Amino acid sequence: MDTVTIINALVSGLLTGLVYGLSALGLSVIFGVIRIVNFAHGELMVLGMFMALLLFRWFGLDPLMAVPIGAAVLFAIGYALQHFVVRRVSYLPDHMQFLLLAGIAIMLVSGCLVIFGPDAQGVQLDYALDSFAIGNLIIDKVRLYAAIAAVAVASALLAFFKYSSTGRAIRACADNYLGAKVVGLNVDRLYALTFGIGAACIGAAGCIILLLVQVHPYLAPAYTLLAFVVVIVGGMGSLFGALLGGMLIGVSEELASVVLQPSMKTAFSFALLIVVLLLRPQGLLGRVAR
Amino acid sequence: MTRKSVNTPRIRRRTFIAGAAAVAAAVPLRYAHSQGQKLKIGVLFPRSGIQAQIGIDCMRGVESAPEVLKAKGYADFEILAGDTETNPAIARAQAERLIEQGAHVITGCFDSGQTLAAAQVCEQKGIPFSVSIAAAPALTEQGYKTVFRNFPTGPMIVTDSLNLQKELFQVGGKTPQTMVMLHTNDTYGTNTKDAFVRLFPTFNMPYKTLETIAYDPAARDLSAEVRKAKATNAELCMVISRVNDAIMLTQEMVKQRWVPMGIVSAGPGWYESVYMTTLKKISDDIVSTVPWHDPNKPLSKALDVALKKRYPDRELNTNHTYAFEGILIAVDAHKRAGSTEAGKLIEAFRKTDIKDNVVTGPGVRFNEKGQNPDVKMSAIQNRNGKNLVVLPQNAAVTKAIWPMRAWTARG
Repeated sequence: MDTVTIINALVSGLLTGLVYGLSALGLSVIFGVIRIVNFAHGELMVLGMFMALLLFRWFGLDPLMAVPIGAAVLFAIGYALQHFVVRRVSYLPDHMQFLLLAGIAIMLVSGCLVIFGPDAQGVQLDYALDSFAIGNLIIDKVRLYAAIAAVAVASALLAFFKYSSTGRAIRACADNYLGAKVVGLNVDRLYALTFGIGAACIGAAGCIILLLVQVHPYLAPAYTLLAFVVVIVGGMGSLFGALLGGMLIGVSEELASVVLQPSMKTAFSFALLIVVLLLRPQGLLGRVAR
Repeated sequence: MTRKSVNTPRIRRRTFIAGAAAVAAAVPLRYAHSQGQKLKIGVLFPRSGIQAQIGIDCMRGVESAPEVLKAKGYADFEILAGDTETNPAIARAQAERLIEQGAHVITGCFDSGQTLAAAQVCEQKGIPFSVSIAAAPALTEQGYKTVFRNFPTGPMIVTDSLNLQKELFQVGGKTPQTMVMLHTNDTYGTNTKDAFVRLFPTFNMPYKTLETIAYDPAARDLSAEVRKAKATNAELCMVISRVNDAIMLTQEMVKQRWVPMGIVSAGPGWYESVYMTTLKKISDDIVSTVPWHDPNKPLSKALDVALKKRYPDRELNTNHTYAFEGILIAVDAHKRAGSTEAGKLIEAFRKTDIKDNVVTGPGVRFNEKGQNPDVKMSAIQNRNGKNLVVLPQNAAVTKAIWPMRAWTARG
């Protein structure tokens, strides 16, 4: 395999990995604070993708411009889901919570199937098939825009958690649930906000990913699985870890494809997951559970 | 104590004879009932699960059938629909359910695994099975007496495809010297690839195979696959895909600025309406060698009109035509059998000889194994959102554009 092909693969993997990272951020945020594994992660993202698709069809809105709307709607859905449903089962054993979210996932897939049908659908933008050429290096324009948008959304989220008082309060809840309650924080509201923010990240990722793939209801489980791999590699609950995990998975999949066989790329990302679990079970940037 | 006589009704000889006569009379009545009965056709397709898109598309052909067949003078019939959920075990259960609900014939199922499961049930219950789409050779090689397939087997598909490719290069005036193959790594893609690779030497193909690249049809991203194919510098790109991956592969080829001499698909995906409406001009010039319909046949035109009436945005394709012909064969057998009785229907299936049909080839008949040996493949090319038959010559409506035009030279 020639060097040009490998360099092209590296750049493409890095850009794709950033989008993977953004999609996994939502899962990481929710787990990091509420300690609930969101099994409806991929389904919420598909919902965001369909929303961006509708906005494109009805108003001709570019999915990148639809990111704030997608994030806002998914924030509302996430907030309501935590406030009215998930909160009520938070005292139950973990497997009961998993079943609840898996049930919600099935309902969302069925709902999308009824409303949108089983056909794959996508957006055709003027720049959809454009690429930049720098010598022999070819950079896909859509992938580059998607990666920039992913970095922008992730930076906004990190800034929110670091500099806003609500963000700091949420981090306090994640660090010490009892302590947060003792100092008078409204933990239920903060949890609902966190689920909403996580869902907003997923909605934003959905809008961005629509630039790269066709959406159909059965797409969801693949993205749920991908998000799990990314956050486990990066470290459950770590925002930087999710981004790092995404980039690692993106690059390793691309390299495995060109050096080995493309059909091996999924196996390669799972092999990476196993290695991380064996050598550093908390993930690359995760903290050891105490 | 006096004994009272109990007044119980006695069966007299005359009563017995009258009763026996009534029972005897009911037997031919029952027979007469099966003679005049409306044919119930159990239709099995994967309408949910990963193949839902295709199963629902097949149903569009089935839904268009009553209008077309009524106009041809066939008797009214009833459709009992079942969903295999893209699962052979469910296909088996659904076949049983449809037969319990009174289906006289079963048709389906698109996927070979699901079709094999339903075929076992039909054979067990003695119900005729009109196989509309399924290529696994095993279906008609197991000695089943109730299975009749109007679809080419895997080896027939590969043989016809390679012959059509040679004809295409000859008609187009340019022959590729090298080839790279991109194929799905599922059962269908791997088996088809293996069959092609095995037969290349036998057919003395003009090109050298540089590499075969397997990929996951559910992959999120196919940029690496295209990058690897491009790196081979092959002149011909041969593909065995489904529809979503076909769209992604094409987009990547354009983005990575790879323009081979031509792209030839040996399976679904590249000719489908979703593919063409999504990619518009970019979808042009792709050639697919597929089981197709002969657009010059009158029944094809009638089916096209009926389909467009219901689904104006759909182009008549393999799913519609073969699903439709599964129904046509059943109602034709029913007409000739004059009965819904399974034995008579099976006998009529065996003697099928339909000349006025839709798919490419001289017509429908079944050999001793239940296979239609006359069904032929076509080479079709996408042009302005339509699938035009370019080969075989007797079914062609236009000449192929070969080599394909550059992505940027399509207006």
